[in-house]
Formats: sequence, structure tokens, C-alpha cells
Amino acid sequence: VSPADQPRSRNLLGLQGMTTAAITSYLDDTRKMKERARKAKGPLEDLAGRTCCLMFFEPSTRTMQSFATSARALSAEVTMFTAGATSSTVKGETLLDTATNLEAIGADVFVVRHRSSGAQHLMAKRLAAMARSGEAETPGIINGGDGCHEHPTQALLDMFTLYEHFGKLKGLNVVLLGDIKHSRVARSNAWGLTACGANLTFVAPTAWIPEGVEALRSNASGAGDLSVSHDIVDAIRDADAVMALRIQKERLAGEPGPPGAAFAAEYGLTAKRMAHAKESCVVLHPGPINRGVEIDSALADSPRSLILRQVANGVFVRMAALARCARPRRGAGGKP
Amino acid sequence: MSELAIRGGRVIDPASGRDEIADILIKGDRIAEVGSGLKAVDTIDAAGLWVVPGLIDMHVHMREPGGEVKETIRTAAAAAAAGGFAAVLAMPNTAPAVDKGYLVKYILSEGREARGAEVLVAAALSEQRLGERPANLSGLARAGAVAFTDDGDEVRDSRLMLACMKEAARLGLPVLVHAEEPSLVEGGVMNEGGLATKLGLAGRPAIAEQLAVVRDLLLAAEAGCHVHVQHVSVAGALRAIANAKGAGQRVSCEATPHHLVLNELACAEYDTNAKVNPPLRCEADRRALVKAAADGTVDALATDHAPHTAEEKALEFDAAPSGMIGLETAVGIVMTELVGPNVITPGRFVELLSRAPARILGLTDGGHLAPGAKAHVTVIDPKAEWTVDPSAMKSKARNTPFAGRALRGRAAATIVDGRVAFALS
Repeated sequence: VSPADQPRSRNLLGLQGMTTAAITSYLDDTRKMKERARKAKGPLEDLAGRTCCLMFFEPSTRTMQSFATSARALSAEVTMFTAGATSSTVKGETLLDTATNLEAIGADVFVVRHRSSGAQHLMAKRLAAMARSGEAETPGIINGGDGCHEHPTQALLDMFTLYEHFGKLKGLNVVLLGDIKHSRVARSNAWGLTACGANLTFVAPTAWIPEGVEALRSNASGAGDLSVSHDIVDAIRDADAVMALRIQKERLAGEPGPPGAAFAAEYGLTAKRMAHAKESCVVLHPGPINRGVEIDSALADSPRSLILRQVANGVFVRMAALARCARPRRGAGGKP
Repeated sequence: MSELAIRGGRVIDPASGRDEIADILIKGDRIAEVGSGLKAVDTIDAAGLWVVPGLIDMHVHMREPGGEVKETIRTAAAAAAAGGFAAVLAMPNTAPAVDKGYLVKYILSEGREARGAEVLVAAALSEQRLGERPANLSGLARAGAVAFTDDGDEVRDSRLMLACMKEAARLGLPVLVHAEEPSLVEGGVMNEGGLATKLGLAGRPAIAEQLAVVRDLLLAAEAGCHVHVQHVSVAGALRAIANAKGAGQRVSCEATPHHLVLNELACAEYDTNAKVNPPLRCEADRRALVKAAADGTVDALATDHAPHTAEEKALEFDAAPSGMIGLETAVGIVMTELVGPNVITPGRFVELLSRAPARILGLTDGGHLAPGAKAHVTVIDPKAEWTVDPSAMKSKARNTPFAGRALRGRAAATIVDGRVAFALS
């Protein structure tokens, strides 16, 4: 890694292309963070005196709250910026203005959610360019979800929850159910899980499987398999975990694909269908749940469900990410 | 009458079969003689250079009227001359769209005053380019339009397209089609496929182009109209065009330098300068296009010069407008990537960039260097090594993905109607 690239390495933009070792070390950090947080009486001090700025250009309560909780649990000062549903385009502020503003705000780590795929990549590139022209250190950027592209902390928390439950990821058979084509959660999970040796099966109607879906399999050596199925019962027979994605109701209007009711009838995760799965098979969901559409209410609340564990782990995953990505304290010798 | 001699260059003129060291004598706005020992008061020493019929770019967005913040007729005409183009065809997707005779006349007159490349006008096919009612094509032709197109958008309504094609056929002018089936590209921002999936970007599939080409070929055959397919980018569309040509249909097509030398990987870092319609395609399509440019399936090269402001291109990939500029890089790109490696011959280069566009647009006194022809001449330095520097361009816009690219070959001088519109200093 050349010095010029170092500012970029402090970002968490996505799991695509990340090595198995890098992902594993994130999961390790999360485990350590969870142990420390559990033992500690109050907040940890890791980010004391540093500022975390949450910039959400797309509405989200849960992810934003999860990050805010994580930042405070590390004693960071938290500032929040939400642009609601209005895009930066509408406001006449360009993406690169935003990047420049990020730098001017002076926070040590930014969590950015944006409706456009790649927005955080462009911001990070701009910040790195600014750093090269003089600034010693740039703040890190954590991708809190970009368009249909990546949502790395969500995938890491899903993977951490599975890892915690099964003690491994390698060799697990995981089913991902829902609108794969438009899901950033699916993409990040697909690259992350296959990189760690899990075998992934997408289950969705044809219209929700993207062209060239094999691009979502990690190209790390020893990566797990990636397959597609249109039969939920068949797919869950050998599954260790089924992850149902939230059906974006706003998508169902304009895009080809079954309406909610048809999807529920053909693909919805019901107790009856889950009866075909192994005893040990668990159920996950990134939330918020459309009860009765992608997953039965009873199933979401059943002992198989790891959904609340996911929410709890989300905080520890995000603590680990914030601690890694925050700009080092000035005079701390560049140690992250 | 002014006289200009271009002396000692390698004159490449496929129309007359000439490829030899010769002089060209220009008197006024016409070629007077091609031979040896020709002299005039004004001379250009072309030793070591190519002297070819003035290049013609039949696909240029000059943005005026309405888009002057991006480009003007003046800046585009200067950029064209600096890129070696003696003539350009202005696209009608301006604001207002060029759907009335007075607008055609306005652009022609501004073009003459610009004193860069000659400006020719393609008029809109439908009123306001809305694809609803045909524009007054005969009035537009009378005002001086040499082609019709709703470029930028496919004409959705087949009945409208057929009616316009019949009228264009009666007028003896070509219809230029932007072939992408709208329902299949709605919302798409790059080539559909694994890379778009990986980047989380919505795709524009190859089949959208092939389908639209097939429809337009059928309608044109029915109407007896000369249809010209703009910016072909996929193998399937090339096959359809080759088949129609084989069946004797009057059809032509163009390819852009960017589709010939770039593939979709140029979008991999969300570079908005690589966002263009139709999108940069997969490598197999790019290779098919190069082959078609060499074997004659592709008739002409055209830049689809599409200026946008830096602010617009600084938006997110899905929000940024589509298009890239090309007037000042086309010759260098084609010389470096196609002529240099012997993919196309120098003669084919002239065919693609001058003779074919002249033929397609019915410019009988252009595209060749015979005595009596228009004195449009491009002088090319095939060995000039240079690096693309957007800040040095005559165009108002800077949106090119080729910035920083090292090239070999560029225009040394551009003669328009006997006038030196550009000379490399």
C-alpha cells in the first residue's frame, strides 16, 4: 500500500473485492468489541474526543440510530445531517460539493447513506485527492448504503450473527430470498458470505435476479458457490440459514415482477414451508419486516429467528467499523 | 480570388483512387487542380503529412439554441476545425428543437459566422421532438436541412416513424435513427450485464438496440427510405444491418470512436465521463464493432460530440447526463487505435470519416478532392505525438474519458471553403 492510498484504506465502502482475511478480521474486531462493551460499566473510550458525522441523503431511522448508538458507545461526539428524500441534485449541490463539505465539517469519520450507487466511492476519491494535495489525514467514510450497490455493515452484522450462532461460516448453506436485483444487502452479503466459504442460493422470481448474477460471487480462492433457485421449498431443504430481504413496496409499482401478494404466495417464508428445513435452520431479516409478505409473523418471532440478535449485533459491528475508520487522533502516530 | 497550395503531402483520396505525394491547388472555395509543381501565393508545406478530403462529423450536439452554457455553435465549430473536421452535422435536440425552417436557417447562418467548420443541419423528425406529430419535413428541407432525426430518443410511435420515413423518402433525404427501444432502457445508465449488477447500476440491454434497429429497418424498407443508424454499438444490431445491406436495402450506419476503443469497464469507477447512450458495451461487442468498421458494415465514424458542464458531470453516476465530447479527440483516437495497428488502412480512414458521410448526406461536392469539389481539406500529421488535455480544448466542455491519454496522429490544418479554419501552431 502506497502512502497515497492510505486514506482510502480507512474507508469501509463495500465487501466486493475484500479478501477473506480482511472480512475475518472485521468479524474478529466485532467479537472483541462485543466482549469489551459487555464487560465495561459505561461507554468505551476508543473515540473519545473524536467526531462521527452521520450523513443520510436517504431516509433511514434504524441504520442511523444503530450508528449513533455505536458512536456514543465509543464516546464519540455525534453530529447528524439528513437530507430526507430530497436529493442533492434537487438542491443544486453536487456530490463533490458534498465531499468538500465533509472535509470542512472536520469530523473524523463519516457514515454516508445515499440513494445513488457509487456516491460514496466518488466522495472517497475526492477526499483522497484533496489529501494528496496537502492534507495529512482524511476522515474515513463508512458506506451506510448506496443505491442498489452495497450495505457493508448490514452484511457484516448478518455474517457476524451467523458466525456467532454456528461458530463458522465456511460450508454453511445460506438462502437469500427476495428482490436480489435491487438489493444492496443482497450484494454485500453475497460477496462477503461467499468470500468466507459459505454457499449461497438466491431465491427469487426471474425478474428479480439481475443479469450476470455470477458477478456477485467473490473471486477469492476457496469462495463458496453461488446458485439461483425459483423453488423456495427445494432451496431451504439443505439450508442452514434463510435470510429474507425486505420487499421494497415502492419498487413493486414500476418494475416488472410479482406484486406483494403474488410474491408472498409463491415465495413467502411461511411456517409450513419452513417445516421442510432442517431443525437447526435459522431465519434472518435485515428489517423492517413486512409481516406476511416476505416472512410470516409467527416465524419472525419463533425460536428459529435471529432477527433481534441481528439488531443487537449491528451495534457491535458498527462500533468495530467506526473504530477502524475514524481518522487517528492528531499526534497519535497514525495508528488507527 | 484567393489561392492556396498544399504542397508535397501524401494525398489520400479513395474516390479517385489516389494515394501519392502530390500538390493541391485551391482557388476560391473550390479545388482547382491536383498534381505536381502547383504554386500559389499562400502555401502549406505538407511534407510528411497526409492531405485528405475534409473530414465530416455527421453527429454533433452544438447545444445552441438553449444549451449555450454547455457549448455554442461558435465553440463547437472551432472545436471541430481543431479536430480536423471541415464539416459537421448539427443535431436538432436543442431548446427549442430544430423543427421549423427559421431555426434551420438560424443555425446555418450562425454556423457561417462562426468561421470554423462548415455547419450542416439535421432537423427534427417530429414537432418539438415529442414523437407525436410529424414536423413539416418539406419546409425543413427547403430551409436547408440535409437529414431528419429525433436523435437522443427513439421514435416510439411506429405509425409516426413510417409516415416520416415516407415523406423523407419523397424528399430524398435520410432519416437518422437513435435506436434504443425505450421500454427496455428506461432508467438504465450503463450496459446491462455482470458489471452493472456488480456496480448496482440499472442496465440498458443490447437487445434494446437490436430490437429498435430491426424495427427501423423494416419501416424504412416499407417506406423506401434511406435509414441511417446512429452510433451502432452491439453485434446484434450490426448483424441486422449487414443482413439488410445484403438484401439490397438502402441503409447506412455510423460508429463512434468511443464505442470502438472503450468498453463498459470505463464505468467501473463510476466515471460519469464514461456515461453515454447507447452505453459503452462489453468487450465482445466492441470487437465486433471494430471488425465491422474494417469490413464496411460500418459506413462512417461520427463522434456524437455531447458537451455537458463540469457541474453536471460532477453529479452521481445515475444523475449525471449522458454523453461525452469527441470532436478534438476523434482523429487522434482513430489514428492511434485503428490506423496505427493496421486495423484499418489510411484509405479506409478517409472513407469512414469523409467520403461515406458525404455520400450518406448527399453532399456530392464533398468527400473527395477532384477539381471542382468543395475546397474542404484536412491535413493530418500521422506522427504527431500528443496527450489529451481537456483544458486546452476549443470546446466549451471538458467531459471526456480520454483525458491524459497519449495519442499519435492529429489534425495539422483544416481548410474550409478554401479558408484555413485551423492550423496547428
